[in-house]
Amino acid sequence: MVNLPDPPMSLLLELTHRCPLQCPYCSNPLKLERAGAELSTDEWVSVLDQAAALGVLQVHFSGGEPMARPDLPDLVRHAASLGLYSNLITSAVLLNPRTLAALADAGLDHVQISFQDADAEGADRIGNYAGGHAKKLAAAELVRDAGLALTLNFVVHRHNIARVPQMIAMGEAFGAGRIEIANVQYYGWGLLNRAALLPTRAELDACTAAVFAARERLRGTMVIDYVVPDYYAAEPKGCMGGWARRFVNISPAGRVLPCHAAETLPAFAWPSIREETLADIWNHSEPFARYRGTHWMPEPCKSCDRREIDWGGCRCQAFALTGDAGRTDPACELAPDHAIMAEAAQEAEAPPPAFVYRRVGANLGVMA
Amino acid sequence: MTETAQADRVPAFRRGTKFRFDTVRAAWVVLGPERAFLPDEQAVEVLKLVDGARSLGAIAEDLCARFNAPTDLVMADVAALLQDLADKGVMTW
Ligand code: SF4
Ligand code: SF4
Repeated sequence: MVNLPDPPMSLLLELTHRCPLQCPYCSNPLKLERAGAELSTDEWVSVLDQAAALGVLQVHFSGGEPMARPDLPDLVRHAASLGLYSNLITSAVLLNPRTLAALADAGLDHVQISFQDADAEGADRIGNYAGGHAKKLAAAELVRDAGLALTLNFVVHRHNIARVPQMIAMGEAFGAGRIEIANVQYYGWGLLNRAALLPTRAELDACTAAVFAARERLRGTMVIDYVVPDYYAAEPKGCMGGWARRFVNISPAGRVLPCHAAETLPAFAWPSIREETLADIWNHSEPFARYRGTHWMPEPCKSCDRREIDWGGCRCQAFALTGDAGRTDPACELAPDHAIMAEAAQEAEAPPPAFVYRRVGANLGVMA
Repeated sequence: MTETAQADRVPAFRRGTKFRFDTVRAAWVVLGPERAFLPDEQAVEVLKLVDGARSLGAIAEDLCARFNAPTDLVMADVAALLQDLADKGVMTW
């Protein structure tokens, strides 16, 4: 008998790539999926059924902007009926009393609202959406007043990192149980805009100090999840808890991926939920098995005692920076390619270039 | 904090946290935003008694009776577990 991998804990559905905002660090792929290619309601319902049967416990409704799908409340209701914990990851600009009531009524467990900055001017410029910040503030109040659990998410970079203390204060003011201060992760759009986004070491250190002090002060009241940019880390993140170990992502068109950035990897034929079952893909597909566990590791990972802690870091980052997804993540100071990180950090000392905003058909040619 | 004050504290799951039995893994799981974990056997016995009404003292008493263990030891263990979960944003107490 073949040993099957442990079932996934968590499923992220990119219901659509449509979004009113244009954040230059968006985690969606550079090649955005058009509306016509999206899975139908019935197809997403079947995904939820399959996920629950396989052992998924949590489902994240994400995008793009998941609220751009009118069937979102139906999908949330279906997830709740299967006992799945449901989390909505939203920009909240489409959230109003009516849309929120439908979601709350459907049994939504948690809402995560992304804020682009602590002030309207900066936020609306980063998202390239006038009036967005004010809408988000109103939406966060609605969520809180509806009695739903709320997380405020802040993606930080050189244009807003100085305002991390104000971001934390916003979380407190809302009575949020949790906030996220997450530095940009540099794949896809983020990598394309890296010179415009990566903070300096000194800026990051000030941010880290502010987060640690607030964590101490707010212990037991508000959790602050904090993500640093790999460029200044000595050890890589255990990305997604290891390739295809806990997490599975489905793109708007139904491609099944071990992480949201995996579509950036060439030489992979990503399985489609339109052609195979989720269980077959998770348990038997070659792309999921390729970097799962430790069998694929080169040195220095192979004989490192952290190999089952960080799983050799991020495959997408290894590919983006070295051209080979099977190398040790350059974020690790033991990696042969670690010098790449320091070179990139140099960019942060120069004045930032203009953003390439995230949109379908953005002019990528001139930047590449 | 005095021992009596501690014993009167009432733990509760935080809004947005779920504790349920997963039939696929045949195990109890704690679910929250960006958190999903399988508590160990001891923690499961404690969490099953958390209902937002029972105090630490009442929970400890129940466990002591069933597992035949000394009260102050159980109290200290349970308090430490609850504090850890509170720091993780899973409980209030
Ligand atoms: S990161 Fe910005 S552009 Fe991308 S989906 Fe979220 S809100 Fe939309
Ligand atoms: S050598 Fe590999 S396993 Fe060891 S810390 Fe670096 S990335 Fe992780």
